[in-house]
Amino acid sequence: MNDILQGLLQAAQLILTLDPDLIDITLRSLQVTVTATLIASAIGLPFGAWLAVNRFRFRRASIAVMNALMGLPPVVVGLIVYILLSRSGPFGVFGLLFTPTAMIIAQVIIITPLIASIAHQALRELWAEYHDLLLSLNTTKPQRMRALIWDGRRALLTASLAGFGRAIGEVGAIMIVGGNIDHATRVLTTAIALETGKGDFALALALGFVLIALAILVNLSIHALSQTERGSRW
Amino acid sequence: MVDILPLTLHDVQVYKRRKRLIGPIDLTLGPTGTTIVMGPNGSGKTTLLRLLHGLERVGSGQLNWAVATTEAHRHQAYVFQSPIMMRRSVCDCIAYPLLLRGVAKKDARAQAADWAEKVGLADALQRNAKVLSGGEKQKLALARALIRKPKVLFLDEPCANLDGAATSEIETILQTARSSGTRIIMATHDMGQAKRLADDVLFLLKGRIHETNAATPFFEAPQTPEAKAFLHGDLIL
Repeated sequence: MNDILQGLLQAAQLILTLDPDLIDITLRSLQVTVTATLIASAIGLPFGAWLAVNRFRFRRASIAVMNALMGLPPVVVGLIVYILLSRSGPFGVFGLLFTPTAMIIAQVIIITPLIASIAHQALRELWAEYHDLLLSLNTTKPQRMRALIWDGRRALLTASLAGFGRAIGEVGAIMIVGGNIDHATRVLTTAIALETGKGDFALALALGFVLIALAILVNLSIHALSQTERGSRW
Repeated sequence: MVDILPLTLHDVQVYKRRKRLIGPIDLTLGPTGTTIVMGPNGSGKTTLLRLLHGLERVGSGQLNWAVATTEAHRHQAYVFQSPIMMRRSVCDCIAYPLLLRGVAKKDARAQAADWAEKVGLADALQRNAKVLSGGEKQKLALARALIRKPKVLFLDEPCANLDGAATSEIETILQTARSSGTRIIMATHDMGQAKRLADDVLFLLKGRIHETNAATPFFEAPQTPEAKAFLHGDLIL
């Protein structure tokens, strides 16, 4: 209880004094996670729509695999990305290991199936609703996908936010590929893991509270900006 | 304008999971007028309309438009029994078919506003289409169908569950469309509406065309006992 109280006080102090390290770590967390979420959304949302409107031979198997990939163990993803980006790996020449880019790559791999799967679930229902109308209007498949993505944008926003939520709290993969290097690849989650390891629970908790506040703030901001709770507006 | 009619069906059957839904059907639909499709529940009215519009696959037999099928589909529209509303404003819902054709958004919205006025939805232009009343939704569906000036308009019981005033407004819109050259093929259970709108009638029973005739002789002197019983309101088993 004392640790939690101390953590809260330290969190307040760090925020109020605009602690440079905290700002640096928080901005890096945001940079990595937002970039990964945008890239994963750019891949996952159209893929979810494509799966919703297309019928092909291995569709069910593809959906099952995609759903299974939602549970990808981050540590394994981190390990694979590490091997691919390490000097002896196929992409070692790019020198990306222990950089924010490597962390973004790992996060994209982790959250794309999650975003695609939620998008597919939502758009499948919308497709069932729109199916006859869009066929009757003689639409092409890209037109159908565009209609679903536009009209299902609220559900897709939720899919992206779920991806953001998973990415911002992720530690296993980015620890492996980022290395938790101070002022280079240290983000909130890896910093929490480090402080916990050092036994500085108050600072770890303070960083944890900042992380939770950040996640809530981003979600609320996006909901407010997109006015998702206004039923009369589309 | 392209003449996509006559439409001819020769020995057409529709199957779903190996079960025959309708057919065999032989039919020719000429270029003008209003054809009313009647029959008891489960007789295949909706399936027939969906087949003609291309929403159901021809299981066997031949269905031919006067032009290529893909071209014919460009000149048709369909109004569903339960209107499908997109998650958009009334204006954007009506404009959507034009946007699909590449019409500029501004022009499409201007035309949508004109059509909204014609069907009595001018005051609801910016409202969410999902929250309209049943009658308003059906009027929106009609405006959306008519905005591309289709050569053939299919309607599947468009006035089911609507009150007299809404039904009357929709019938007026249909008569206007008919007089401007749109071929109307409509399923209905409403005998009064059928008498008001029909030029000819297709009477379906158990997935087949049981009787077909011009409206007046059909209503005054039906040829088959089943059609006679249906018109008298008797149960047909």
